[in-house]
Amino acid sequence: MAVLSADARPPARRIAAWGQLPTSLRYAIVVAALVVLWQAGVQGSHISPLLVSSPVQVGRAGWAAVANGQIPSATASTLRELLAGIAVGALAGFAFASLAVFSQAGHDVLSVLIAVMNPLPAIAILPLAMIWFGITPKAIVFVVALATVWPVAINTDAGFRTISPTTRMVARNLGLRGVPLVTGVLLPAALPYILAGLQTAWAFGWRTVVAAELVFGVAGSAGGLGWYINNARYYLFVPEIFVGLVVISVLGIAVDSLFRVVEARTVVRWGLKTTR
Amino acid sequence: MASVPHLCAQDVDIAYGDARVVEGVSFAVARGEKLAIIGPSGCGKTTLLKALAGFLAPARGAILLNGRPVTAPGPDRAVVFQDFEQLFAWRTVLGNVVYALGVARGVRGPAAATRARRMLDLVNIAHAAKLYPHQLSGGMKQRTAIARALALEPEVLLMDEPFAALDEITRSRMQIELNEIWKRTGVTIVLVTHSIQEAVFLGHRVLVMSGGGGGIREIVEIGSGADVAGYLRTLLIGPDAGAPPPAITAGAGDGRAVR
Repeated sequence: MAVLSADARPPARRIAAWGQLPTSLRYAIVVAALVVLWQAGVQGSHISPLLVSSPVQVGRAGWAAVANGQIPSATASTLRELLAGIAVGALAGFAFASLAVFSQAGHDVLSVLIAVMNPLPAIAILPLAMIWFGITPKAIVFVVALATVWPVAINTDAGFRTISPTTRMVARNLGLRGVPLVTGVLLPAALPYILAGLQTAWAFGWRTVVAAELVFGVAGSAGGLGWYINNARYYLFVPEIFVGLVVISVLGIAVDSLFRVVEARTVVRWGLKTTR
Repeated sequence: MASVPHLCAQDVDIAYGDARVVEGVSFAVARGEKLAIIGPSGCGKTTLLKALAGFLAPARGAILLNGRPVTAPGPDRAVVFQDFEQLFAWRTVLGNVVYALGVARGVRGPAAATRARRMLDLVNIAHAAKLYPHQLSGGMKQRTAIARALALEPEVLLMDEPFAALDEITRSRMQIELNEIWKRTGVTIVLVTHSIQEAVFLGHRVLVMSGGGGGIREIVEIGSGADVAGYLRTLLIGPDAGAPPPAITAGAGDGRAVR
């Protein structure tokens, strides 16, 4: 190989400069580059607009769908079902883990339930839920709750189990038992695990709610994002399909950022977790 | 009431399953006394302290506080552990004390904050009131734990090797300060230690437990003017260890130094 010339230096310096940019700016540049590549790919390949939309078309369709209220209403509908499902699932998960920490029988019940239920994709329960609850949002909330209860229960239980015997003894020394013990000591002590469980629950819940809406169609007055995507497919509104996907992705990023903020204000601040 | 000992153990056995860790232990602690418990590793001294705290029930015998049997843990017997994890990581130094006052004594709001600050002053940690435990040094964590325990105004302060994980300088300072705290509060203290120096420096009396058997070998009074540290060394280590280094003399029970 040739002797390293002075030309080798400027690129190295450019890489170092890249690393010195703020994180958000670096990510924004990567996203912009991907969008440009996407646009160039669609335009350059002359692919049928009935198969793949370009970012410009998606942007235009997205703007219209936001303006006419379809996307806000679909998003609200999906988030409502998702949050209700996660709330039910998380509360049930906390309850299961709390019972498991207080009694051997509770722990055995939780272990068996997890072994039996956790491998089942929650979406597979949807047909049954539709029979039980009819074509109502309750059926979707039910399957989302089923998708989220196990990750929350498993992680909370693991979190409770890692609490040091000393912490437990201090709590007992203060006379804590029952619900005050759970809310005052066990839950905050297990919070790093609980947040991880909620993050997994959120991811599972997201997949489940969108899949359920795809199968389900409209429940009540408005359909969610899954319904919006499926509806757009019927009419071959390909840009609208992409709009639905982009909205789902953007919401996912937003929630992930929210989790980071919560972590920074709690477990990172308390020294229970170092920053990612 | 004067005839009833403040805290006493009556012929106590403590067992983990079939294994008796402590056997036939009896002793009494007077109000305002400082009792040090010492013994080789595995002699059951921490187990005994846990039973005094009510975390373990004796297999035989009874533990009495003011003549009433101890059946469960409670804030009248506040415990300070060796483990730094005894502080609640999600609460500040002040928050740890205030929370304990609220749940254990029903003292909340400004009254709790005032009392907590007074305790933080007492143990010289008031300057760190707003810090979280992970931001503290080991000594600061133990000061906070002592403040939290004292804020409960316990009948007895139970301490399980509270300074064992500290560096030597901090440990010596904490020992001196603990004697100061005792002088100002008069709280009854039962302290488990593996350090002869600490036992002699902090205790009015030293309860020596025997290895393996988990019984009491002897209860030694401090302050008789004799070479208590040397005697304890003989008792715990063997006859050859009994000869003290030339400068060592026994300290008095009220905490005058051993040098």
